[in-house]
Amino acid sequence: MRAVISVIGKDTVGILAKVSAVCEKDGVNILDVTQTILQDLFTMIMLVDLKGATAPFDKFKEELTALGEKQNLSIHTMHEDIFNSMHKI
Amino acid sequence: MLNLNVNDILETIHMISDEHLDIRTITMGISLLDCCRGDINASAELVYDKITKKAQHLVKTGEQIESELGIPIINKRISVTPIAMLCAASGGDPVVYAKALQRAAESTGVNFIGGYSALVHKGFSAGDEALIRSIPEALSVTDNLCSSVNIGSTKAGLNMDAVRLMGQVVKETAQRTADRNCIGAAKLVVFCNAPEDNPFMAGAFHGVGEPDCVINVGVSGPGVVRAALAKAPDADIAQVADIVKKTAFKITRMGQLVANRAAKRLGAPFGIVDLSLAPTPAQGDSVAHILEEMGLEQCGCPGTTACLALLNDAVKKGGVMASSHIGGLSGAFIPVTEDAGMIDAARAGTLSIEKLEAMTAVCSVGLDMIVVPGDITPETISAIIADEAAIGMINTKTTAVRLIPAIGKQIGDELDFGGLLGSGPVMKVSEKSPLKFISRGGRLPAPIQSLKN
Repeated sequence: MRAVISVIGKDTVGILAKVSAVCEKDGVNILDVTQTILQDLFTMIMLVDLKGATAPFDKFKEELTALGEKQNLSIHTMHEDIFNSMHKI
Repeated sequence: MLNLNVNDILETIHMISDEHLDIRTITMGISLLDCCRGDINASAELVYDKITKKAQHLVKTGEQIESELGIPIINKRISVTPIAMLCAASGGDPVVYAKALQRAAESTGVNFIGGYSALVHKGFSAGDEALIRSIPEALSVTDNLCSSVNIGSTKAGLNMDAVRLMGQVVKETAQRTADRNCIGAAKLVVFCNAPEDNPFMAGAFHGVGEPDCVINVGVSGPGVVRAALAKAPDADIAQVADIVKKTAFKITRMGQLVANRAAKRLGAPFGIVDLSLAPTPAQGDSVAHILEEMGLEQCGCPGTTACLALLNDAVKKGGVMASSHIGGLSGAFIPVTEDAGMIDAARAGTLSIEKLEAMTAVCSVGLDMIVVPGDITPETISAIIADEAAIGMINTKTTAVRLIPAIGKQIGDELDFGGLLGSGPVMKVSEKSPLKFISRGGRLPAPIQSLKN
């Protein structure tokens, strides 16, 4: 399955590296990254592939949420399908 | 690779995190027709066995989908064949089935099981009257069971004997659960034109025309609609309707996605998505606040019926294209105690039962979760049911009545159920008596289907 990781919060050094480190640890392949500043907030959207993941999805998601709490960032990890189904006909 | 717009992704996340977008319920409909036996205890055992087998993975599957998609799925529920049909075959005390259904709800972990029901729109058949008379006891000895009775339809007219009986049943159900805020009456719905595939409680049951097992999904999202309208304060009313349609489309697509996944994993066919706007008492999840966002000072003031008509229609227009099958109640719910804006309007006296009755002519259901004085007479309850059913019958739509007589309480008092059922003030009901009308009994004839003025 493919998932979308969204990271929103104050821009600081090393956000991308920290999120990528969790992906690497759990065997999750990063397919695409886009980042921008929206309304003064750092916003990063990452598309990842969990086909070769070594950790279950729930655990991977929890690790990212925990990272978000630690770094004062809002991190959501959701299946790609929810966005496709809501925004594409 | 990423063929999605960043703003679209953020919009979805914002809807879920800040605007209470959720899937209100995954409801598994299960037919119990093959559980009928001549002996009620044997029947009840088969009922328990079938439900616990079919729905053993329902709650877990719902939780898995919630985790993967990142959208909350609030309730997992079961609806079953109207139990009066089983009573017809087995005879005996229907409460035996109520207890079996309660045990099944506990074993499967669902929060409600619906279908302690009878369909008597034209008359009573074997089992129907016994079941209806057992409702007060059944709802007082169970916690998760919901009951409904269909007393009328556009094609059959209204069964006024059943209407009279239901006035007594509603009152007695409240009395028997008076020590628990009269909660029994909150789990009892009286319908006209009841849908057979409704996933929402308390009125869900599994109709006889349905497959053996089916997955129906109910969506929600009043907060999302209100937030979308708040971004367009100067839009004209056609633009308002367009905003509601677009938002309903997005909400319903979530429901379709969840329904497809749940059906596939549970090995049951997908039935319908019910594209209702179902409020909760939480701030920011209110249908009344949508109407107020359209430009009303408070829900219940003049203009409310027109705004609700627009909302209900636009929700359907937007939702229909988003799903392969729409069904259930599909529209805007107006349950008073479950909607923060309605509660405020009722407390302020802006919202009366009479205004609510007018609103039910254009919304998806009916007089829902309305707290009435504890000394209300059974015939007054029956007459309110008759009024509401007449609106449904004439307008070819579902209407329902879920009144909660607040035993021992009067105007100025409140009932507090907690959780999704919320709380609300006792609302004023006319004290003039409809006793003679209700005592007549018989059948109110079905309406003519032409000369529609």
